[in-house]
Amino acid sequence: MADVLERVTKIIVDRLGVEESQVNLEASFKEDLGADSLDVVELVMELEDEFDMEISDDDAEKIATVGNAVNYINSKK
Amino acid sequence: MKLDGKAALVTGASRGIGREIALELARAGANVAVNYSGSEAKANEVVAEIKAMGRESIAIQCNVADSDSVSDMVKQTVETFGKIDILVNNAGITRDNLLMRMKEQEWEDVIDTNLKGVFLCTKAVTRPMMKQRSGRIINIASIVGVSGNAGQANYVAAKAGVIGLTKSTAKELASRGITVNALAPGFITTDMTDALPEEAKEAMLNQIPLARFGEPADIAKAALFLAADDSKYITGQTIHIDGGMVM
Repeated sequence: MADVLERVTKIIVDRLGVEESQVNLEASFKEDLGADSLDVVELVMELEDEFDMEISDDDAEKIATVGNAVNYINSKK
Repeated sequence: MKLDGKAALVTGASRGIGREIALELARAGANVAVNYSGSEAKANEVVAEIKAMGRESIAIQCNVADSDSVSDMVKQTVETFGKIDILVNNAGITRDNLLMRMKEQEWEDVIDTNLKGVFLCTKAVTRPMMKQRSGRIINIASIVGVSGNAGQANYVAAKAGVIGLTKSTAKELASRGITVNALAPGFITTDMTDALPEEAKEAMLNQIPLARFGEPADIAKAALFLAADDSKYITGQTIHIDGGMVM
């Protein structure tokens, strides 16, 4: 769990240029981390590569917060 | 050369305008995937010509209106060349008829290939291009998509749709270094236009200020410009290549 959050956090920090301290499970990509729709699509693409999984468009649409992403990845492992 | 080391996919590249674009991109240094739907032998000829120039090339059979086949085609292109820099959406068909006589099937076939096909191919290359932070998408529309044309309601609707799709895609992808433009050919001599009756050709000639029909090379040169770095500040545009027919 911690490991997944750590890796997800790193991707978010790199991609969105936010501080690590801003990234927590409740943080919304769009509301709190300044991402636009295309940024979220790209984040999902990077998560797919990082965790070597395919995230369907339907599932991807439900990923709005850092917690959503971490839970999704954990549920597929 | 302008496109050294670039990888391109040209749909409908076995004949006509698509063939000429594939060859022109290869002449400028690009490796080119030659998509075809039915003309395997002709596609293989194009591939052989490109290989003779010392570039890499493969022929890929795919109906652009089928999303699974399109995904496979793009995957195969990326696997072969290691990337995809340029997509030319050229594949197109005609099923001309007066609106009153047009069958639903004629409408659907043309919209599926000429409009949905562009959507599917564009969607499929978006992912690799976004990751690269660069890409060139060139859509072959038609001047009738701007002017309208009796007897081609389906074709015109699809081509006008392509012009709108070009603008929306250009806006969505601009921040990722991807440009999207359209070319709108007028009367270009190809198998598709050879099939028209003489009187129709005569009537069209009278509307062309430059007083002659265009050649596939006229389109291919513009496609090369849009594929190369020279056009990096141009996106969302439709360039008319029609001898001045529609201004």
